Amino acid sequence: MTTFRLMLGFVLLLTAAPFVARAEPPGDPAAVKQDEQGLWHDKSGDPTFKIESDGTVDWNAFSGFRRYNAACIVCHGPDGAGSSYAPALANSLKTMNYAEFFGTVVGGKKDLGSGNDLVMPAFADNKNVMCYLNDIYVYLRARSTGAIGRGRPDKHAEKSAAFTAAEDKCMGPG
Amino acid sequence: MRKILLASCFGVAALFTAGYAAANDELAKMSADAKQWVIPGGNFANTRFSELKQINTQNVHKLAPAWTFSTGVLRGHEGAPLVIGDVMYLHAPFPNTVFALDLNNDGKILWKYEPKQDPNVIPVMCCDTVNRGLSFGDGKIFLHQADTTLVALDAKTGAVVWSVKDGDPSKGETGTDAPFVFKDKVYVGISGGEFGVRGWVSAYDMKDGKLAWRGYSMGPDSDTLIDPEKTTALGKPVGKDSSTSTWQGDQWKIGGGTTWGWFAFDPDLNLMYYGSGNPSTWNPKQRPGDNKWSMSIWARDVDTGKVKWIYQMTPHDEWDYDGVNEMILTDQKVDGKDRKLITHFDRNGFGYTLDRATGELLVANKFDPKVNWATGINMDKSSPDYGRPIRVKAMSTEANGEDVNSKGICPAALGSKDEQPAAYSPETELFYVPTNHVCMDYEPFKVSYTAGQPYVGATLAMYPPPGESNMGNFIAWDGKTGKIVWSDPEQFSVWSGALATAGGVVFYGTLEGYLKAVDAKTGKELYKFKTPSGIIGNVMTYEHGGRQYVAILSGVGGWAGIGLAAGLTKPNDGLGAVGGYAALSNYTALGGTLTVFALPND
Repeated sequence: MTTFRLMLGFVLLLTAAPFVARAEPPGDPAAVKQDEQGLWHDKSGDPTFKIESDGTVDWNAFSGFRRYNAACIVCHGPDGAGSSYAPALANSLKTMNYAEFFGTVVGGKKDLGSGNDLVMPAFADNKNVMCYLNDIYVYLRARSTGAIGRGRPDKHAEKSAAFTAAEDKCMGPG
Repeated sequence: MRKILLASCFGVAALFTAGYAAANDELAKMSADAKQWVIPGGNFANTRFSELKQINTQNVHKLAPAWTFSTGVLRGHEGAPLVIGDVMYLHAPFPNTVFALDLNNDGKILWKYEPKQDPNVIPVMCCDTVNRGLSFGDGKIFLHQADTTLVALDAKTGAVVWSVKDGDPSKGETGTDAPFVFKDKVYVGISGGEFGVRGWVSAYDMKDGKLAWRGYSMGPDSDTLIDPEKTTALGKPVGKDSSTSTWQGDQWKIGGGTTWGWFAFDPDLNLMYYGSGNPSTWNPKQRPGDNKWSMSIWARDVDTGKVKWIYQMTPHDEWDYDGVNEMILTDQKVDGKDRKLITHFDRNGFGYTLDRATGELLVANKFDPKVNWATGINMDKSSPDYGRPIRVKAMSTEANGEDVNSKGICPAALGSKDEQPAAYSPETELFYVPTNHVCMDYEPFKVSYTAGQPYVGATLAMYPPPGESNMGNFIAWDGKTGKIVWSDPEQFSVWSGALATAGGVVFYGTLEGYLKAVDAKTGKELYKFKTPSGIIGNVMTYEHGGRQYVAILSGVGGWAGIGLAAGLTKPNDGLGAVGGYAALSNYTALGGTLTVFALPND
């Protein structure tokens, strides 16, 4: 848990600065570089998806699909398509960049007093979200461009040993 | 003395608690008056049946809206109003506004109550900020708020008489169910099965809000109020530590089994009945054992909370088949013998009929033929697996394991039926059941528990059964034999509580927003009217000034608003008719409105 909080603090520091500087839509999602844990990045360094010509989606995007469906679906609906009381993230991410996404998930959001009070909780303490935040972002980014359609991706890359190790470390025992 | 005499009409048990008997007798007497609707389910037995018959099969086609009322809230509207004398009491989702409306004056607002609640409760309410309604007793209106506050309001003025906090929303504990008044107490359940909440039922003294007892769904016998020798399951004593022995370590502390359904009460047996929900998490691998007493039908003594009998329908759940759905009490002949029955349509797709005095299992059959996770329920009394479902291995998310996508499981997690309560007509001896007709793929994976955060651990995709386009059916069910008598297909899941009447008409609402009236004998549609929004509320009826009215809350949302708002799954994968996948948002929009119908004045 301590490791997790330290890591989270570190990530927050990293993202705090760019949040102010880059209130602009996410750029070209083309994947240019893969890090040692298998996560793809675009040319600005933001996490992104990579889909092979045979339709195989990268592991992180698939992991994001799974975690989205456990933590986010109860409000944001299946496949980021929205519900009767929470926005369709497949649309939101067309204009929301990585830093804004990160900040909203960590800190939550409130829109009250309209007869449809909208409140998103802060997920900073939730390992099921924070350990997979890049994955969820990558999945929703792919949904926002249409690179991944509705439903479960048919084919996906295998989980790497490096991903498993990082996942186990972040999630901890039990 | 007069009260004592009255009490004798309503059961011997009441006599022995003379000091407190009055309120219960008052309510029992009022619920026998079909002109009023004083209990969420119409009566203690939850039959949702009314003796009113001004509206009947011959004239229902002339039905028309008489008046309407907006709640001003855009979230999902479940439940139904109460009618006490000349006043209608109506609730709303968060912020849980309560309105007292004057039926003598076109629904003029007599008083309005709006609690102040921390909006941080909103995101810990899985599946929308719904509220299932109010209860009445001893001159008070009882409201169970989202933040778990149970508040007693003076029915005449709306002033707060007393208020008590039942749970802690910062741990994901929330209030969605209606309170229930039986005898001298008010009972509430708790929501939060997707947040690792350990479920319970609380009993509060109706006079002052003092906690009388609390019975948990799992934990030591002292918490569950189970007596190892006296409490029975399928006729046998449950034995010591019947709950904790079915969990690994202290996982029961975050084990789920929440209790947000529709409770019933038998005054003669002095027992109350309700169901407990899914075990937490949705990943079965993470919680070995039967996970008792999640997924169970409970019979508790209303005065003490002691458990008389209990039956676990889905041991070690692998699909989120909550057992919370309504309990309906009827007296019918089974095999030529008069039986006191309890009937329950479970999320798992089986309709159960038991003897409500003893908990003996009489009938357990599929009420949707597509149910495929089990071939049946073991009815062999000599078998060690008596009463347990006979599972199909291919559909077992436990057997298939973590990180494996189990495909084509019917029903989906929202069940062959969710909380939307069925009705029962003693005239036809049939149950009228709103159902979901949806299947799923389900993939469990490891999750970690954080208090107040979602604790789910599975991903799922939902779709209509292969080859079919309708996602719901409205059915008539014979609880004595466990057979479907007729079935009306609906494009979307039927998420509205039904109403049966002595006029031979059965009413229900649809997610597109139609109020429908059908013939109780045949299911033939006799009338429909499109209300302002999709219906997830329950139909009720009352009489005022010599006219029968039928009322329904519309206002789409809830689980249905999540799963169906944008359509269930890939719009073009060709499994069924295009209509089956059409987005509900193409049919209806948000907004809470009560629509009240009557026959035109000639």
